[in-house]
Amino acid sequence: MTNSIEELAGADTIFVIGSNTTAAHPLVADRLYRAKKNGATIIVADPRKIQLALTADLYVSQALGSDAALINGIAHIIIKEGWQNQQFIDDNTEGYEQFKALVEGYTPERTTELTGVSKEDLYFIAEKYAKAPAGSIVYCMGITQHTSGVDNVKSLANLAMLTGQIGRESTGVNPLRGQNNVQGACDMGGLPDVYPGYQKVDVPEIQAKFAKAWGAELSPKAGLKIPDMLTGLNDGSVKALFVVGENPMMSDPDQHHVEQALKKAELLVVQDIFDHQTAQLAHVVLPGASYAEKDGTFSNTERRVQRLHKAVEPVGNSKADWEITQEISNRFGYPMNYASPAEIMEEIATVTPQYGGISFARLEGEGLLWPCPNQDHPGTKFLHAGGKFARGKGLFHAIEWRAPAEVVDEEYPLWLTTGRAHVHYHTGTMTRNSPSLHALMPEGFAEINPVEAERLGVGEGEMLQLTTRRGTIQAKAMITERVRPGMVFVPFHFMEACANVLTNPASDPVCKIPEFKVCAVKLDKAA
Amino acid sequence: MDYKSTLSVCPYCGCGCSFYLETIDGKLVGTKPSATSPVNNGKLCVKGWKVHEFVQSPRRLTNPLLRKNGELVEVSWDEALDYVAAGLKQIKADHGPDSIAFLASAKITNEDNYVLQKFARAGVGTNNVDHCARL
Repeated sequence: MTNSIEELAGADTIFVIGSNTTAAHPLVADRLYRAKKNGATIIVADPRKIQLALTADLYVSQALGSDAALINGIAHIIIKEGWQNQQFIDDNTEGYEQFKALVEGYTPERTTELTGVSKEDLYFIAEKYAKAPAGSIVYCMGITQHTSGVDNVKSLANLAMLTGQIGRESTGVNPLRGQNNVQGACDMGGLPDVYPGYQKVDVPEIQAKFAKAWGAELSPKAGLKIPDMLTGLNDGSVKALFVVGENPMMSDPDQHHVEQALKKAELLVVQDIFDHQTAQLAHVVLPGASYAEKDGTFSNTERRVQRLHKAVEPVGNSKADWEITQEISNRFGYPMNYASPAEIMEEIATVTPQYGGISFARLEGEGLLWPCPNQDHPGTKFLHAGGKFARGKGLFHAIEWRAPAEVVDEEYPLWLTTGRAHVHYHTGTMTRNSPSLHALMPEGFAEINPVEAERLGVGEGEMLQLTTRRGTIQAKAMITERVRPGMVFVPFHFMEACANVLTNPASDPVCKIPEFKVCAVKLDKAA
Repeated sequence: MDYKSTLSVCPYCGCGCSFYLETIDGKLVGTKPSATSPVNNGKLCVKGWKVHEFVQSPRRLTNPLLRKNGELVEVSWDEALDYVAAGLKQIKADHGPDSIAFLASAKITNEDNYVLQKFARAGVGTNNVDHCARL
């Protein structure tokens, strides 16, 4: 997030797109409700009529995969009506003319045709967002999990720069991160092209800095992203995969393809707190300690680094992940000798500029929001203050809308989208092992509109068969107006009704995010 | 009876709510939201209120497992760690560092992630490190 969570309560307009905030980020949703109570205008754009839609001042149901067209259409109206922040554009950005020329093609008529959102609603969004003293954008995987995911995010950044709704209190472009420490895993260099602090592996000076700090020769070549690792296993160029705290058999698209790849590994090591589908295929399974059994830090969606404290001893012979890695590294021949997580953080601070001023002692209490470059720095509540961007000027991207990789046809006539339910979390490894949560939602389901239920002759709770080009699952029908006719929603928490047997592995060409949010499906009453 | 209350951070979504884990004689018994947290202001969601439940589940993995004759069987830490280190060394020797890949995790701590990617990059010599940020 460019801005902090608590700032949302002070926004005048909040545009929520592709985020089922109430279900997936309940305590961020809390701020949206508070903003509403304070008089803010809440606009929700989501193909599903999610709970937040019921409290929104305006809810629009855009066609699946039409987000870039919707955003361009809003920008078109803002420019046409002269509601853009010309001062901000002139002072802080470049590429505006090309962007302006492109969105000229997204007239309200064409935008309505592509998205299904009416002209009146487009005007409402454009005016309320552009004219708000403080306008904030909140988005999540509904924007990113598309073959056009990067384009969608850039489109939202265009909208914020166009209106100058960034770099001030309660504004900004605010992605909600789905996992408790996905921000931290990225910050710490859990990505193939960057060291900790987003420092590129292929820049010689940076590489030299880390080679010196770590006392080792380092590869100048960016590594593989997850889908390429799976491809590598399939073609034999990758022989070993070491998986920590993840269940790719459930979380990755096209499960059959993932299984085939994992089975080809000469060495598959899985380190986790529970047994799961990926661990079942492993040669070695290592028991890790859970969050409650160790000290350390997590970095949340607003970049807040917070301390967790060890509450209980690890169960059985399980160990903290850093200890396991350290022991393997020592046996492998690269010595490590950390005595505690606090000591690891001291090293992190020396090589990661954003964490330069962070130490365990300073984190007691509320934690610190990075960038926090030195010991005296108080942390950073919102980024890009005064319209200053990391690259200098903010760059507009002229982006044409592209259709999803798979669209409905005669054989697969319905749209399938996937996501989370409020009770469960990701692949269910933790929540399905939590007795009270399991009791609240013991099994998977597929949401269908009453129109489809009628057509198929299926009643509430009766079994449906869902088939895509990747595979088939069965799930109980949940008949609801949350989804439009012609659309199906399946949560991805449930192994026995696994959404990712169905999903399309087609991914964004830049960041390789899979298109979980759209594919074509065939629906039958199960025999 | 030894009652303790320990400040921790939620392992579920990216909100980063904090709470006190309540233990009696080393057993987790409850969760209380932190009233002073700027994130959750004394509130929690349905998952957060129950976040202590899975930690001491009888289904937790408690010992290293190694596949022998097709079956995963319990082994000592020494045997498991030696096997992994030797396997990685052999594969690196035969096929080069880029034949090895690591999945870091959005569920483990910053310190855990830092050490893991450091081992991959400085120990093994590959940048094949990714995690499920996109999933």
